[in-house]
Amino acid sequence: MDLTVGPIAFFWSADQVRDFYRTLAETPVKRVVIGEWVCSKRLPFWQHEIPAAVEVLQAAGKQVALSTLTLVTLKRERRQTAELFASGLPVEIADLTALRHLPEGAPFWVAPTVNVYNEGTLEWLATRGAQRICLPPELPLASVARLARAGQQAGVAVEVWGHGRAPLAISGRCYHARLHDRAKDSCQFVCEEDPDGRTVETLEGQAFLTVNGVQTLSHSHMTVAGQIDELREAGVAALRLSPQPGDFAAVIGLYARLLDSGLAPDQALADLRRIQPGAVFAQGFLEARAGAAPCP
Amino acid sequence: MELVCPAGTPAALRAAVDAGAHTVYCGFADETNARNFPGLNFSREELADGVAYAQTRGAKVLVAINTFPRAGEQMLWHDAVRDAADLGAHAVILADLGLIAHAAEAHPGLRLHLSVQAAAANPDAINFYAQTFGIRRVVLPRVLSVEEITAINREIDVETEVFVFGGLCVMAEGRCSLSSYATGLSPNMNGVCSPASHVTYSDIGGNHEARLGDFLIHRTPKGMPVPYPTLCKGCFTSPDDKGNSQTGHIFEDPVSLDATRLIPALQKAGVSALKIEGRQRSRAYVAQVVRAFRAAVEAAEQGAPMPEGLLARLTEGQAATTGAYAKTWR
Repeated sequence: MDLTVGPIAFFWSADQVRDFYRTLAETPVKRVVIGEWVCSKRLPFWQHEIPAAVEVLQAAGKQVALSTLTLVTLKRERRQTAELFASGLPVEIADLTALRHLPEGAPFWVAPTVNVYNEGTLEWLATRGAQRICLPPELPLASVARLARAGQQAGVAVEVWGHGRAPLAISGRCYHARLHDRAKDSCQFVCEEDPDGRTVETLEGQAFLTVNGVQTLSHSHMTVAGQIDELREAGVAALRLSPQPGDFAAVIGLYARLLDSGLAPDQALADLRRIQPGAVFAQGFLEARAGAAPCP
Repeated sequence: MELVCPAGTPAALRAAVDAGAHTVYCGFADETNARNFPGLNFSREELADGVAYAQTRGAKVLVAINTFPRAGEQMLWHDAVRDAADLGAHAVILADLGLIAHAAEAHPGLRLHLSVQAAAANPDAINFYAQTFGIRRVVLPRVLSVEEITAINREIDVETEVFVFGGLCVMAEGRCSLSSYATGLSPNMNGVCSPASHVTYSDIGGNHEARLGDFLIHRTPKGMPVPYPTLCKGCFTSPDDKGNSQTGHIFEDPVSLDATRLIPALQKAGVSALKIEGRQRSRAYVAQVVRAFRAAVEAAEQGAPMPEGLLARLTEGQAATTGAYAKTWR
């Protein structure tokens, strides 16, 4: 098992993005997916950083793929999706729209926002050229194990959502804009104010969800720190770590120790709580319980 | 335009057909359909009877097999497609890529509709399904404006079906794990959203409270109706960094979709079929809504103005919205 870092979900400044990928190049991750995953309106603000980031990461020996958007609706977004395939890099498809633009025989990766719930779908994607598939975060371990096995037979590396706020929903409506009494078309890029998303609490003050523009994330940080052995046994090829503000290199270091040095799960959780103070850690999905069920 | 109506039970199917439905959609009583509620849906025998009842009255039956098959259990979904075909369904409504590929290969004569759960929201996605699997109709997700639907219809060769009445999904359908996060049961895997099995109501102080799993979704003063705790229509608080906080329906108000007045615009947009949501509704409700919409569709075909106030009794006291069809909704 190794580590993949997924695309940045939040609206970070170009400077933050540049620093993030420079730091990432020094970490023991095997591969990185880069690109605008959530809202095409944010892309012009940091797009120019992508070639340099790819270069820095590749120079450090990382595999790099470009991500599509999760929900493609506009003409401009369809064009951007098609253009990704001309880059020469693998494309990670986060919306099946991209299949329409896939050059014959071109290999691709599949993001956790594509519904791969069963062997039939996995095998169909493999036949089309899928090399890696990150499974949807809500899948229980029993399904993960069957899909990892099917992946091994079909020559597809299967990843699971390893760490970070899970993508729970995507909408045509921007909830960040709505919180400021604006519509998506006149959002004034207000999501930039919340580089870790904006917390949604219940009326009892219980932190519940995180609004990130048109995307809704879990408030809890999902972590598989307690299930490494089960995932290894199931044949999972990689863990997907989702970028967060703060000391993300420390998060990566911790997972590297879990995979390579036999760091104990209890110790890993204690370390995570030190690295991300105030974060709530959960992993109900793998256990076929409510995803929000907190880690012990 | 074709009017596609919900039938959660054989009685509702007969009521919908009698009230003027051109087409009825229903599902088998198991996890293969996205309205997997206790006491709802059809056995194989009931579907056979339903098809016969509809056909003798000139109506068609569609079978929704629109959840995502569980790994290791795909046979349950494959059997559902085979049985729907054998029992004379006019078409099956599917969402899962692998299941669509299976249906196209194993049942080449079967008419395939793409479920809203597949969230195909642009011409490229729709054309991919049409050209790869021969999909004949797509049910469009409820995240598109009328303008966007018009543009989509210009670029595709398959029929489009859109929702005009009933529950309003504000997230891209088939791509929402909010219920799974709060309860462990999901629309994609279990065919349930905000499942009743995880709902609790209580009276605390002077308030009614409704919870889903461990999470408070609504709190209303006693004497006021407490809405069903659908997750994305709950009342929440969001604090910002400056110490301010907003309280309200952060995602959507507890409203229903009513696009009656948009029927002529949807017709102009090239939409083939209008869909009414509500397989969990009573047959009396179904009959009333179907009758009203049949009148509206006929008025639209004749270029007459939309009848007004037809559904007043069903929407009274409840707010209605045209949702994403109006661009400002976003």
